[in-house]
Amino acid sequence: MPDALLELEDVHADIGRHHVLQGVSLVVRRDRVTVLLGRNGAGKTTTMRTIVGLVPPAGGVIRYDGQPIGGRRPHEIVRRGIGYVPEGQGIFATLTVDENLRVAMHDPAAGAARLPAVLDLFPDLARLRAARAGALSGGQKQMLAIARALVNDNRLLLVDEPSKGLAPIVVDHLVAALAAMKARVTVLLVEQNFAMAQALGDDFYLIDDGRTVARGAMSDLARDEALKRRYLGV
Amino acid sequence: MSRLAPWAVAAALALAPLALMDLHTWVTLTVAGLAMGMLIFLVAAGLTLIFGLMDVLNFAHGALFSWGAYAGFTALVLLNRAWAWAETPSLAVTVALLALAAAVAMAVGAALGVVVERVIVRPVYGQHLFQILITLGATIVLEELLRIVWGPNDQVMPVPLALQGSWEILDVIVLRFPVIAIGVGLLVYGAMQLLLARTRVGLIVRAGVENGEMVQVLGHDVLRYFTGVFAAGSALAALGGVMWGMFSQSVRPTMGAEQLIFAFIVVIIGGLGSVTGSLLGALVVGLSYNHVAFLLPKAAIGVNMALMVVILLIRPTGLFGGAR
Repeated sequence: MPDALLELEDVHADIGRHHVLQGVSLVVRRDRVTVLLGRNGAGKTTTMRTIVGLVPPAGGVIRYDGQPIGGRRPHEIVRRGIGYVPEGQGIFATLTVDENLRVAMHDPAAGAARLPAVLDLFPDLARLRAARAGALSGGQKQMLAIARALVNDNRLLLVDEPSKGLAPIVVDHLVAALAAMKARVTVLLVEQNFAMAQALGDDFYLIDDGRTVARGAMSDLARDEALKRRYLGV
Repeated sequence: MSRLAPWAVAAALALAPLALMDLHTWVTLTVAGLAMGMLIFLVAAGLTLIFGLMDVLNFAHGALFSWGAYAGFTALVLLNRAWAWAETPSLAVTVALLALAAAVAMAVGAALGVVVERVIVRPVYGQHLFQILITLGATIVLEELLRIVWGPNDQVMPVPLALQGSWEILDVIVLRFPVIAIGVGLLVYGAMQLLLARTRVGLIVRAGVENGEMVQVLGHDVLRYFTGVFAAGSALAALGGVMWGMFSQSVRPTMGAEQLIFAFIVVIIGGLGSVTGSLLGALVVGLSYNHVAFLLPKAAIGVNMALMVVILLIRPTGLFGGAR
């Protein structure tokens, strides 16, 4: 596909003795939000971790911007322009908010120049820069995790279940922040909250038992009650 | 508990013996205790990085300490043969040559540290039992190599004239070498604090210790940083070895293993990963040892163990330990 930024073709991956991914294929198109859906344990998080190299692919092809990246080490992969916001945020609780942002910068000077624009998106963080990240609320931690992915000149963001464990009102803030980012960056989003997925997503992929089982436009999925019931239980 | 409380407790422990001895004796013992504490801190400082920060139970730390002592010993012997520096009365020349020997020792320590980390520690990150077994094995190999190269017997460390004897300050006799040791210890402490708190490398290391995987996906080669930290810790062990060799005026293959227990006690008392905690812990151990050795010689060694037990009973994470 000519406008593909990220492509997975029949990707397999094992965790220990479990064959978790058994043929995931998907295409993330430039300047769009692609949502990865599936039940708990379907392999969504493992797909994300395989893309950034934390889980080595056991088969298949992963291409970023036309180049194969499968089998490379995580720091090499993300430096090509991928920002990863893991499930559970992965913030450094013992560091300050400011230190969390600085440790994420690939190029400290360029990162510092981008920081004001990033903090404009998340006014809470601007106020709390000197605070220890471990003392933040769940929503603020999620904002910090996303902000951390924005301090570099990333072209692709991988965001894993950002709404998990957050109060509904906080989720609304998050949707607004992610919607504002949509204009500048391509996103692959894993999200169990169907309303949020629907609000943000352009395209969707559905995976089940480690395989891609359906794909299409998000607007079509919203109408397909049978598919939603079968794979998502909604 | 405030950050100042551990310092207050340490000060109280240091001042308490004043009730049982006259001021002159106390000052002399206290200077000796501070010097011993600083020497222990040098051993413990490297272990703070490796055990405290990286959570690697590195029993080879003692062997790296011995290797540093022997490397420094050889450098000093060769330098002495070339310039007969042990005879010079100039303190400046002595210190400069001492710094050169320390640099040689630290380079050897760092190089060995890289080998130990790459070859035997890297496969066992996160597995304490394997770490203990394999680093104990490395200790045996490294000590035997020392015996092969330098022989099994103690060697006499050349101690320069300018560092022998004592200064008399305000009627108090102060041995010279301990004063140098205190200076070196403070220098190492300052450099470590600066590096960890103020530099980008320090920031990445602190983040990597909390969550190494996340640091990788933020674009940093965490393994390279860990090798670097391990090398730095090993270089500090080697520096401790040279200083200890000068202090005891001899080197032997098992000297590191003998000091390792003190280093572990200090790192645990201070709180895992805290450089400041290790400094204070080492000073408390050094002072208690000297004060008690004067008042009740037979209890001197036991008092450190007792100290560790009491501190851990009151504060299980150590003096400066976090909630990790």
